[in-house]
Amino acid sequence: MSRLGSAPVPSVGDDDHVRGPRGGLIVIEYGDFECPHCAVLWQRLAGQRLRRVFRYFPVRSSHPRAWAAACAAEAAARQGRFWEMHDSLFADPAHLEDPHLWQRAQGLGLDLESFDADRRGDDVRARVRRDFESGVRAGVVTTPTIFNAGQMYPGQAGLELIERFVSDRQGA
Amino acid sequence: MTAADGGARIVGAGEPAPEFTLRREDGREFTRDDLLGQMTVLVFYPFAFSPVCTDQLNLYEEMLDEFRARGATLYGVSCDASYSQLAFRQQLGVSIEQLSDFEPKGAACRAFGVYHPGGFPQRALVVIAADGGVKWSYQAENPGVLPGANLIFDALEQ
Repeated sequence: MSRLGSAPVPSVGDDDHVRGPRGGLIVIEYGDFECPHCAVLWQRLAGQRLRRVFRYFPVRSSHPRAWAAACAAEAAARQGRFWEMHDSLFADPAHLEDPHLWQRAQGLGLDLESFDADRRGDDVRARVRRDFESGVRAGVVTTPTIFNAGQMYPGQAGLELIERFVSDRQGA
Repeated sequence: MTAADGGARIVGAGEPAPEFTLRREDGREFTRDDLLGQMTVLVFYPFAFSPVCTDQLNLYEEMLDEFRARGATLYGVSCDASYSQLAFRQQLGVSIEQLSDFEPKGAACRAFGVYHPGGFPQRALVVIAADGGVKWSYQAENPGVLPGANLIFDALEQ
């Protein structure tokens, strides 16, 4: 049984999903592809000069397709296309049923058979769950929650806050 | 203890759980005797359908298997009527059983020291061991603060 008591948010690991320029401040987001506030944050972070890490925090009772979407993103990651699937899901979060996920995978040029096997497989589920549990241990209670320099910011981060992150990075 | 919380103090670790009566969703009584023989987590929340309570139950539902694996059973407790609690639970799609402190309103919350002077439960957690003794308790500094599931696991993994 894994421990689930309080623990600091994990530092960025080799198999985290990371994008943005190297160096400077890192923003770690715990998000849910069916969460409208996460989609707003995705829009707000687009184009900002931050090094971003995305971790899965799907909550299925309020978002019944959140787990399926997270597993689809992780299955895309197995083919090196995580961020493309991430962006696709947030750009159109109203279409998350299986045919929509297949359509997205096809659009990204993924091997559909592998994609479908991976997204239903135990490895992918365990990877999604690992992110979720790390968020629980760090005290995440809602999405999106972002961490910057060890500080937790629950809920939809305001533009002002994001601009501060960017200016902090530029001054670093 | 502050003036804002009416001078009440949440029941603390090492104290016995108080005598109380709540109502299950089917109208049956839930009393102190129902705590005996299992680890129980009472999740006191202010109002059904309110935003923070929604996030709280959704989050805890996602961890329900992990709570069960540690031998713990969760119950949601509020002063809402059972019909409101049931509608809330069904709308969210959560399975955490709800216990109503509707009439006499707030009597069980008062017994646990978590009745807000505004007429609703404080946002509070009480973990009760199988012998009926309080193992751990927590009251949020205000009802808008949502305690993470990690705090409950800290208590269960002690």
